[in-house]
Amino acid sequence: MHPSRRPVTLRAIVLSILVSVVLAACGGGGASELGPADQGTSPPQATQPEPGGNPPSAGGDIPRGGTLTIAYKDDLATLDPAVGYDWTNWPAEKMVFDGLLDYDDTTNLQPRLAESMPEVSLDATVYTFRLRQGVTFHNGREVTADDVAYSITRVLDPQTKSPGSGFYTGIAGAQDFIDGKADSVSGIRVVDPRTIEFTLESPDVTFGNKMALNFAFIVPKEEVERLGENFGHNPVGTGPFLFREWIAGRQLTFERNPNYFFEGLPYLDQVVIQVGVEPEVALLRLERGEIDSMGDPIPAAEFARIKDDDAWQGRLTSAPQVSTIYITMNTQMKPFDNVQVRRAMNMAIDKERIIRLLGGRGTVANQILPPLMPGYDQDYQGYEYNPDQARQLLADAGYPNGFSTTMECIAVEPQPKLCESFQQDLSKIGVQVQVQTLAASTVIADGGTEGKVPLVWSGGLGWIQDYPDPDDFYTPILSCVAAVPGGWNWPWYCNQDLEQKAQQAIGTTDTEQRLGLYREIYRTLMDEAVWIPVYNGQYDIAHSDKLVGKETDFAHPEHTIRYERLAKQP
Amino acid sequence: MIAYLLRRLLFTVPVLIGISLITFVLIYFLPADPARMYAGPNASVEAVNRIRTQLGLDQPFYVQYGRYLERAVQGDLGYSYQLQMPVTQAILSRFPYTLQLTLAGIFVELLIGVPAGLLAASRRSTWLDGTSMVASLIGVSSPPFWLGLLMLYFFAFRLGLFPLGGAGSWQHLILPAVTAGLGGAGWYARMTRSSALEVLSADYVRTARSKGLAGGQVLRRHVLRNAINPIVTMVGMDIPWFIGGVVLIETVFAWPGIGRMMVDAILTDDVPLILGTVTFTAVLVVVSSIIIDIVQAMLDPRIRLR
Repeated sequence: MHPSRRPVTLRAIVLSILVSVVLAACGGGGASELGPADQGTSPPQATQPEPGGNPPSAGGDIPRGGTLTIAYKDDLATLDPAVGYDWTNWPAEKMVFDGLLDYDDTTNLQPRLAESMPEVSLDATVYTFRLRQGVTFHNGREVTADDVAYSITRVLDPQTKSPGSGFYTGIAGAQDFIDGKADSVSGIRVVDPRTIEFTLESPDVTFGNKMALNFAFIVPKEEVERLGENFGHNPVGTGPFLFREWIAGRQLTFERNPNYFFEGLPYLDQVVIQVGVEPEVALLRLERGEIDSMGDPIPAAEFARIKDDDAWQGRLTSAPQVSTIYITMNTQMKPFDNVQVRRAMNMAIDKERIIRLLGGRGTVANQILPPLMPGYDQDYQGYEYNPDQARQLLADAGYPNGFSTTMECIAVEPQPKLCESFQQDLSKIGVQVQVQTLAASTVIADGGTEGKVPLVWSGGLGWIQDYPDPDDFYTPILSCVAAVPGGWNWPWYCNQDLEQKAQQAIGTTDTEQRLGLYREIYRTLMDEAVWIPVYNGQYDIAHSDKLVGKETDFAHPEHTIRYERLAKQP
Repeated sequence: MIAYLLRRLLFTVPVLIGISLITFVLIYFLPADPARMYAGPNASVEAVNRIRTQLGLDQPFYVQYGRYLERAVQGDLGYSYQLQMPVTQAILSRFPYTLQLTLAGIFVELLIGVPAGLLAASRRSTWLDGTSMVASLIGVSSPPFWLGLLMLYFFAFRLGLFPLGGAGSWQHLILPAVTAGLGGAGWYARMTRSSALEVLSADYVRTARSKGLAGGQVLRRHVLRNAINPIVTMVGMDIPWFIGGVVLIETVFAWPGIGRMMVDAILTDDVPLILGTVTFTAVLVVVSSIIIDIVQAMLDPRIRLR
């Protein structure tokens, strides 16, 4: 929910419910951040132990059975893995479906529906997967390579309207298929009922990560065709839970799949997802023991109250999010076309104060990649907070008296408060910032419009990685490809040298060499000061003390909550 | 009467076209991109463009509106981007909740507001009058969001008398209905009081009194019956308010009504759902105003429907 707080918005006039909307903002509800964590690179070749071997809690007998009830504020849109792309449905889809690959407790890839890690050609253009034998869909039919081909083709099919289609356009022949010039995707080949081969247009070492995304989950053709538009509300997959019931606007129910192919999983008998519950109310329900966990972030005021409360010991789990929240500076707009000005801005922000305003939920960021992302530069210091030097830099750049500019910011707490803090910081170096608090959709639209906004605060919108690879912070948000209308390169910065280096990196199979290339790319971007990286986020999950699981089961970097691994004491 | 009904219903058509057109224009010219909202922030630009084409959002305004009207006439209000289901289905699945809350809320309003107003009027300028008017002022001025949270905290969390929000049983309905009703009861009390005061000074009330009717009987049989018309009008105005305006109450109590769905639709640029809920609300407003007209004619023989 991204309520609008513009003084007079068109929609407010239409529906005269501005008051409701603004007050609804009191309910908070941050942006959906499918954040991730952990270092550890993910070379697709690495073979990992079977997930079945990872018990959810350290030692002891894991309790079995019981119902986990979790509450979210926003309703789920769909459980169709080709379509769903937000905070609530992402982990829920993982209950019903599986992909060929998945992640272990951290961010290493491991086989799931695949029997082993794929065979990858030396130039990283051909990926061959062998399917696990005897896995069946919830309707009892065995999964074959044809299902894999169907599922990926379906994501590419424009009719599906999949937001994730962009991940798979690198498969040979995908574009022709999208354009209607071919009936199938030539790069997807079923070798035999248990073997499937993907040929890519150009080398891509992140293809394994892409095959672990929800978009690449395997769906049964006959059910998709039978249910049509309703498939997303009656999902049938191979996953650890069977979908049972969906009461619109109220709750969804899932039951344990007794025939799940990972022996022993899942531990719970049932999962109930309640929707439409404000975080404040969810917390009360949790305190009364009516639910086991709240899915949304804990409201700031409540967090301050409970974090030091003894009664909450053992009921709060914190984990770093692999996210960076930043201010973008439009390098095509004056005066931000001047790199000296952008550097001065970087030195003017008091990031420690932002962490304090966040109640300690986050850490100061000094570079583009978050600390747990492969390629993070341990040796890089970043710009120090030094308003005096910032003023000097501005004077050198020809702005001894500063200038006036505008910053856009979404109207959901605590973002406006943080923007006011930036406003104060910048006024100390003579930069007068007019803060505009707007609906998220408007900020996204403005950021992606050429020459529209000088500064954008990404809080509540920040880039959320799709997979743990440094490319995911370059290609989608800082590359020339993304510096187009509707794109996410809000600094509108395009550097052909970096573009070439990134091309080279994505085809480099040697991990060290590859990460080296990314360090160079991100250092250049910091020298060019296209962003002001402000902080790295943190998850805080509130749950009942009956719920057992490791930290990564409550807040896994790629899954967020891992329903299949949590257990509940009677 | 039938001619009246037909004319009113016929008049609904231009109203609905007007409302849908205005809504459509305003959404169309908003600076946000529905295709991007559909696809989510991480979707690639090409994916968003493909989705835009599929949804027909790349078409000129008049084509989009024409298509919408064409389908709407056939009863197809489109497919919600965010809920991923037909808009009609989404509205129909939520409407029973809204209707429940509306009826229960109005019941609470009447239950508290009308007696309080009558009491205040019949004991004009006494402490009873003062107290009930101050109480009604407090009721009218309490923000429902805040009042709802307080209710939840004390009656559900502390005392455990009711569930902490949600829907499904009559216990779930009580707190939201009382929260919605308390604010409204204040308006009803004030309206009833002033309307009753007017009637109390009428000749027929003096006559009723002078022929020896007891105070309570005068109030019930003469004052209330004559003072009721503005109250019925108010109920008529309440219905659309409940349908579109109880968003905050629905939000606090996790009540799955249409109001909350409409706000979510607006916040996510879910064009078909915005149009659908706005049009549906407009129909309800028209229908409820017709019903109120009929009820008024039935209650007051002086009113004739022509």
